Amino acid sequence: MKPSAFRYVVPADLQSAVHARAANYDSAVLSGGQSLIPTMNFRLSHPDVVIDLRLLDELDYVRTDPSYVRVGAMTRQRTLEFDDSAYRANPLIRQTLQNVAHPVIRNRGTVGGSLAHADPAAELPCLITTLRGELVAHGLDGPRKIPAADFFQFIFTTALEPDELLVEAAFPVLDPGEGWAFCEFARRHGDFALSAVACTVKIGPGGAIQRARLGACGIASTPVVLAECEALLVGNKPSEELFAEVARQAVSSIEATDEPEAQRRYRRHLLDGLVRRALEQAIQRTGARV
Amino acid sequence: MSTDTSSMRAVAGDYEVDDLVAVTMTVNGTAVEAKIPARMLLSDFLRHELRLTGTHVGCEHGVCGACTVHLGGRPTRSCLTLAVQADGCEIRTVEGLADFDGTLHPVQQSFRECHALQCGFCTPGFMMSVAGLLEEGIGNDLSDSELREHLAGNLCRCTGYQNIVAATRKAIDLRDGKEG
Amino acid sequence: MSTRQFGERVQRNEDDRLIRGQGRFVDDIPLEGALHGAFVRSPHPHARIVSIDTSAAAAYPGVHKVYTHEDLGPLDVLMPLLIPHPCITHGRTQYPLAHGEVFYGGQAVAFVVADDRYTAEDAAALVDVRYEPLPVEIDIERATEGGAPLVHSDVPNNVAAQFVQRSGDAEAAFAKADHITSIRVQVDRSTAAPMECLATAARWDEVSGELTVWAATQTPIGLRGALSSLFELDENYVRVIAPDVGGGFGPKILFPYSNEIMVPLAARELHRPVKWIEDRGENFVNMSQERTQIHYIDLAATSDGRVIGLRDRFIHDTGAFIPYGIAVAQVASTSIASSYRIPNIEVEFSCVYTPTVPVTPYRGCGRPHANFAIERAMDQLAQELGIDRFEIRRRNFIPPEEFPYAREGLIFADGLPVKMDSGEYDRCLTALEEALDVPAFRAEQEAARAQGRILGLGMAFYVEGTGLGPYEGGQVRVHPITGKIFVNTGLTTQGQGHKTTWAQIVADQMGVDSSEVIVVEGDTGVFDWGCATFASRSAVVAGNAIHKTAIKARQMVLQVAANMLEAGPDDLDLADGRVFVRGSGDRGATLAEVATMSNPLRYAFNKAAASATQFAAAASSDGPPLPDGKRPGIEAQEYFSPPHATWAYGAHGAIIEIDPVTCNIDVRKYICVHDCGKMINPLIIEGQVAGGVAQGFGGAFYEHLDYGTDGVLKNASFMEFLMPYATEVPDMTIIHQETPSPINPLGVKGIGEAGTIPVPSTIASAVDDALASMGAPPVRSVPLSPAAIFAAMQASTVPA
Repeated sequence: MKPSAFRYVVPADLQSAVHARAANYDSAVLSGGQSLIPTMNFRLSHPDVVIDLRLLDELDYVRTDPSYVRVGAMTRQRTLEFDDSAYRANPLIRQTLQNVAHPVIRNRGTVGGSLAHADPAAELPCLITTLRGELVAHGLDGPRKIPAADFFQFIFTTALEPDELLVEAAFPVLDPGEGWAFCEFARRHGDFALSAVACTVKIGPGGAIQRARLGACGIASTPVVLAECEALLVGNKPSEELFAEVARQAVSSIEATDEPEAQRRYRRHLLDGLVRRALEQAIQRTGARV
Repeated sequence: MSTDTSSMRAVAGDYEVDDLVAVTMTVNGTAVEAKIPARMLLSDFLRHELRLTGTHVGCEHGVCGACTVHLGGRPTRSCLTLAVQADGCEIRTVEGLADFDGTLHPVQQSFRECHALQCGFCTPGFMMSVAGLLEEGIGNDLSDSELREHLAGNLCRCTGYQNIVAATRKAIDLRDGKEG
Repeated sequence: MSTRQFGERVQRNEDDRLIRGQGRFVDDIPLEGALHGAFVRSPHPHARIVSIDTSAAAAYPGVHKVYTHEDLGPLDVLMPLLIPHPCITHGRTQYPLAHGEVFYGGQAVAFVVADDRYTAEDAAALVDVRYEPLPVEIDIERATEGGAPLVHSDVPNNVAAQFVQRSGDAEAAFAKADHITSIRVQVDRSTAAPMECLATAARWDEVSGELTVWAATQTPIGLRGALSSLFELDENYVRVIAPDVGGGFGPKILFPYSNEIMVPLAARELHRPVKWIEDRGENFVNMSQERTQIHYIDLAATSDGRVIGLRDRFIHDTGAFIPYGIAVAQVASTSIASSYRIPNIEVEFSCVYTPTVPVTPYRGCGRPHANFAIERAMDQLAQELGIDRFEIRRRNFIPPEEFPYAREGLIFADGLPVKMDSGEYDRCLTALEEALDVPAFRAEQEAARAQGRILGLGMAFYVEGTGLGPYEGGQVRVHPITGKIFVNTGLTTQGQGHKTTWAQIVADQMGVDSSEVIVVEGDTGVFDWGCATFASRSAVVAGNAIHKTAIKARQMVLQVAANMLEAGPDDLDLADGRVFVRGSGDRGATLAEVATMSNPLRYAFNKAAASATQFAAAASSDGPPLPDGKRPGIEAQEYFSPPHATWAYGAHGAIIEIDPVTCNIDVRKYICVHDCGKMINPLIIEGQVAGGVAQGFGGAFYEHLDYGTDGVLKNASFMEFLMPYATEVPDMTIIHQETPSPINPLGVKGIGEAGTIPVPSTIASAVDDALASMGAPPVRSVPLSPAAIFAAMQASTVPA
């Protein structure tokens, strides 16, 4: 379990990194390496060229503005997790990160690396998709903004062009009083989710749900926004009956796979329960009652 | 080593497949210089080039944690890190846990006192993870299940973890100057 | 007299090195100029090899040699069938490198030796092997049916061995039974997954012609025997060392693995040390595995729940080969009646070949399987007869006064009759029942149910035949210069703490602190009589051998000291590293002085030695300096061979909560009551139990090797094979009970495997209890999973 040999390129800045990427379409981009190096050790991937972004300090930042928590792609996951300004602006980020692998992996793993890897069971892609965040790519023609919904295209496949690098992820901030929750089930602590649900809810002046964001991972080839569920929620007062209806709706979003029937039925049951749990937790955080 | 002549971009390094890469790092307080293949894992570099064999390799895909070392002060999987990525960095391994005079680090002392090791293969990685937790300021106000969440990430096949949980609590006490 | 150290919670002698990063596992051993090996392994579960082209690999820079079976010469022979039980009618073992056909995914086909492991892996990928895949059948029941694809074309119905054992008259018992309970249970394939994978390093000494092999093995003596034979060398010319070994749990008892032949061969031919360190990916398809059995068990009972007959017919999956014989199946078949009197038993098994990694013992070795069968059946019987689960066991326990209790006709895995030596089963079960506080739990369960929460209480009882022969030896030496005490055995240790427990035993006899006793084992160059570490046997067999040796060494010390101090041996005592005349205070000698004096010398190479030379006053006598029949020095060697296995036992209980959403299990309480006879070191014993429970819990709920119907292993990584972290293993309470074994001087029984055995039974019992009110079907196979629990809830007859 040793990587095969590769040409090793260490760009000193973003421009040269983009050029290196553009010149080597079959290259692998090494940021934290926590997803790439295992596959290289198993020789499931054997890139001809590895472009190591380790000198790109310019991509290591967390900046919070009134609309977004902007995170440079080379920011370690653990750094974002501990960032207090990010936590105040959107506490769901920290909660989600605490479900990503283990602290030792998060110490090294980068925010951009996880997003660009686009594992359909991964937490960060689920979060940014649910929040309608956006990603910033940088290519030979400069930067380009990509809505999260368009960024994740398939298993391990993103909208990044071959010459583009992911440089920033922008997570929308939550409104004051907005409730949030991230509910996941993995067989072992820190494993990829069997299923996970991210959600935010905002209660309007009359006690009805004014805005709801609900998304899930582990149920399709990309993270999914459960838009029909959100539509069911908005305008209604939170109730167990409503959540049950939303959960039933969510289950219909599960993509058909070739997994055994028993496993499929279990997954439906699991998602149903996680959706209800996430909604209950989020509502609780708004201070409202179900 | 070839240089990128197609543009004037700043490339700090561009190494052909067979090139060796010069690295410098500080390992357990000692400056180290070496020329190594880019694909060499940090775990192999520490073990076979520097002969620091206390760091063990249990899975080489980041699940077991036996290879955990501190890189830039943070616990890191050395099997999921290329040695070249550690260029210019500070590294601490299990060999650097005890004081120079041999006095054991609290985590070493507590692992021994609590019988938190059996075969001892996972132990260095486990201790490096716990040492990282101690430095992050983890406290004994955590419940057992919260503490176990912090310890998840290192596999042990011998102990059933019970004594590792106890040793971690004891190490926190020792750090805080409380005799357990 | 020093404080007795046997029975104390003594801290371990081995830890200081290990916590400082100074352990010496095989890959830690510095071998200057070592080359590194990598295997080419079959990706197919069964295939004919059409061709192998090694030219590209051989030409790759840094490669020293690429081996296929054609390069092995006299080593191109089938590896041994280590335990050739007569019932094995179709025993098959493999070649070091495949010979025209591969029988499981992972089988070694070629071996590349290169400058380093990176290069060796590059070159291994260049070996071009053409295969013609053959059909496979993975299901062990279908595999025995006519027309099923055969693993070995000359083995009909894939059956390697069949064996029936009878005790009493089961047929008559079933004829007169009031009630018969019949169930089918299944335990699935798993792997021991020690943290250190397999590892071999070898060096030939060009001067002496000696071969030294460092191996992550549980049996250096066994491996030396095999290597001496294969390489046609005198045993003196082969030294096998098991240095620090990173966990064993069974599979490291198998030998020789292909690597244990290829590495020494390459070292000899290439005149360089050679290393092969198994990586985790390989470990999943190379190191032997265990567990799959399907049992059809019937109990014949009276209406008040006394079991008068047991019939068990089971199929055991032995993988593609049967190098370790029927050991796992035989242990299962002779453990099936567990702690219960059951006077009439008929048990029959078939060992079936499947195109999978070969099966050899893994912690528990057939016992978890047998326990799952009998304990599931006892729970079922209790339910059918309306008797409490604790009560039905009580009614069937062998009572203390009936020991020794023989099961006439059943032969255990040591070739000796099953004879259970001692136990207080009822007391043990009562301790469990009290610790669980069953009435309080029932109230809590009821209250929780009203809130939609699902709680369950499970329990299981187990026995474990431990301490199998044939024998082990011990050696105790007192060194003349330092007076240090060295202890050697032929065993190995993979974490069990032998360096501490043996030291405790010896320290009591020699009057020193156990931290001053130096234990060296796992090195045939140091001590080479004995067998291996397996079957929870070390404390029983080697422990007693060392105890006998230490007594002998003590007597030697007393004898020599009696002469030196002009006192009777009975007036002397040993403490603090000295021997002294009792009550005299200063009349005594250090152990170093005694050791020196026990060895008549010609040369006074140091001050102490002067007192032992021929012209020293103390040495003056008319006879020969070393009288006939005496030996020089304080050095004793003794052996212990148990009359038969000694039977440890215990009871486990769990209180669990099932999350109705995730269907995950949260173990809220886990209690182990165990009895391993006299305890040498409770600290170490608790560690053994806790580790065993964790491994058992993995087997109950997490760990499963997922072979597809195409025979390909689908989860060969720690990412997908779910070995538990600290978050998945429950906290547990361990309660000790000590019923000495009457069949060995120390009164000890084994403990290594005990924790693992009843965990699947306990968890299954708890899940049944949790889901009983819903009318869910009982658990009949492990490992469980959330999906399996959900399926049981779905199949419930009562709406939740």
